[in-house]
Amino acid sequence: MIPTCEDMYGALEARHGRELQKKLSEAKVAVCGLGGLGSNAAVHLARAGVGELMLFDMDKVDITNLHRQQYFTDQLGQPKAAALAETLGRIAPYCKITAHEVKLTEDNMAELLKDCHIVCECFDKADRKAMLVNFVLENFPDKYMIAASGMAGLASANEICTRRITKHFYLCGDGHTDVNEAGTLFASRVAVCAAHQANMVIRIIAGETEP
Amino acid sequence: MVKVNGDITSFDGKTVTELLAENGYDPKRVAVELNLDILPKSQYDSTVLKDGDSVEVVSFVGGG
Repeated sequence: MIPTCEDMYGALEARHGRELQKKLSEAKVAVCGLGGLGSNAAVHLARAGVGELMLFDMDKVDITNLHRQQYFTDQLGQPKAAALAETLGRIAPYCKITAHEVKLTEDNMAELLKDCHIVCECFDKADRKAMLVNFVLENFPDKYMIAASGMAGLASANEICTRRITKHFYLCGDGHTDVNEAGTLFASRVAVCAAHQANMVIRIIAGETEP
Repeated sequence: MVKVNGDITSFDGKTVTELLAENGYDPKRVAVELNLDILPKSQYDSTVLKDGDSVEVVSFVGGG
């Protein structure tokens, strides 16, 4: 049986305190790209009681995603946005989730991202990462951007950190390990980076600005 | 002197586009911070670096 909204909120308040949980519940976070970074970050944010999550990805769940992304075999072939929304609904049934099966471009981002407070850049291709980061920072100076670069391979997870680049721009990752050179991505190392992103989102919501 | 990613350099008088080219950066994969603010891509050509400027080039790599 699904708990009531009051029971779920009460459990979050008991953990986080009334003041912080109110801030979390009022936050709107966009997760752009729902692969290893985005699917993991979104799970953390839903569990933390973020009030609204906007999910963006144009892909469908593929068998090659299962080694690191938060999808299940019975979701193969489904749009990632819808599949992840379903999973998040099981974790946090009262989180407002909007699933967008769409490719974010310079033509549609102004409209699609206008309502969120914080954007998580979770794409996999370097040029797409740069496009999203530049667009958001140039066009939405009040939003926070939490991006990621460098989480491939199997080097030490201790290399992955969060850095603050500008007042509203944070970068997570080791900064240099390219999947095209490392050859692959591991669930554990990608999840460390995704957790850095989610943690920074939660810190910003809580009023902390240091990385 | 212009500080680029923490290193003292002599890019004074050069544009951000020139800095990126001379350091081998792909402009499609970077975000550029100049004196703690993001520099719009449309200003890479016209922004001339001067003594005391601090630049950070974030060069994205693939994986996610």
